[in-house]
Amino acid sequence: MAPLLECRSLTKKYGNVIALNNVSFTLERGRIVGLLGPNASGKTTLIKLINGLLTPTYGEILINGLRPGIESKLQVAYLPDTTYLNDWMSVKQLISLYSDFFSNFNVSKAYDMLKRLDLKDTMRIKAMSKGTKEKVQLILTMSRNADLYCLDEPIGGVDPASRDYILNTILNNYNENGSILISTHLISDIEQILDDVIMLQFGCLHTHKTVDEIREEKHMSVDELFREVFRC
Amino acid sequence: MSWELTSDRPIYIQLVEHIKFDIMSGKYKPGGKIESVRELAIEASVNPNTMQKAMSVLEQSGLIHSNRTSGRFITDDTDMIAALKSSIADTYCADFISKIKQIGYDNNEIKDILENYLE
Repeated sequence: MAPLLECRSLTKKYGNVIALNNVSFTLERGRIVGLLGPNASGKTTLIKLINGLLTPTYGEILINGLRPGIESKLQVAYLPDTTYLNDWMSVKQLISLYSDFFSNFNVSKAYDMLKRLDLKDTMRIKAMSKGTKEKVQLILTMSRNADLYCLDEPIGGVDPASRDYILNTILNNYNENGSILISTHLISDIEQILDDVIMLQFGCLHTHKTVDEIREEKHMSVDELFREVFRC
Repeated sequence: MSWELTSDRPIYIQLVEHIKFDIMSGKYKPGGKIESVRELAIEASVNPNTMQKAMSVLEQSGLIHSNRTSGRFITDDTDMIAALKSSIADTYCADFISKIKQIGYDNNEIKDILENYLE
C-alpha cells in the first residue's frame, strides 16, 4: 500500500518569497500529527498543497500514491483557517450541501456532533460567533469518512470546555487507516493526543519526531521545546 | 475526567504508572478485566497509539496479559502485585527521607516525626 502522504523535495515560491523549501517527509496511516511552526513558517502553504489549492514550484506531493486531484480530494477532508461557508446558509442547508458534494459525508454523525455541542441546525452562519462557526466547520469536516483530515487551526476561537469535546471527537473519529494533520499554536492543549510532531521553520522541515521521543530526548514537553527553539 | 499528566516525561511512561497505581490501589482486581485501549485512551484524553504502547509495556512486565478473543486482564498473581507495591513503597520512602534530611532532620528525629504523625 502506498503511504498516506508523501512529500518529496516540496518547494513553493510566491514570487521571490520561499514559503516552503525542499521539504520531504512521509506520513503513516493511523497517526495524529501536529503541524507546528511560528507564523509564516509554511504550515498553511503545506496544507494548501496537500489539498491541491496550490501547485508546487518544485518537488512532488502524493496522497495514497496519487497527485492532488479529484480522487485525492475525496480522500482528504480539509478544514481551512478561514470561514469559507456562505454566511446566509443555515447549518441544515450546509449539511445537505456537504452530503450532496461529498459521497463520504455521514449525515447522522454530523447531527450527533451538533447535538453534543448544543448547536441548532436552524442557525445561520451569519448569526454565529467565531467559536460557533469554527465548531460547525469542524463538524462538517470530521463528518466525512476520509483517509486524511487536514485541520488548519481548528480550535483557536473555541472555549476550553468545547475544546476538550472537540479533541475527544478527534480521538473518537480516529481510524486505523486514516491520519489527522492538525496545524495549531495551542500546542499544550493538543500535545497529549498527538503521535508525531512536524515542526517547520522558515519553510524548512525542522523536526519530525514522535511526542514521546521529544520528551525522552529533551526532557521537556513539545510546547516547551517549541518555545525554546523559536524564542524571539 | 482526563488523567493528570506532567509535561516533562514521556506520556506512555506516565500512563504505565497510572495503571500500575490503579492495580495496586485495588481499582482493578487481580484477574479482573481492563477496558479496551480505545476506551482508556478516551478516558485519559491521550492518543490511542500511546495507550497501546503503555499496554505493551505492562504486558511485557507481566502485570497485564491479553486474551486474544476476550480482551486484556490484570494478572491474578497476587505476589507480583505485592512485590510491585513494596518496590513503590521503597521509592516513596527514599523520596521522603531524602527530602526531610535536606531540611536537617536525622534518623531518630525522623522516626519520632513519623510515630507522632501516625498517632
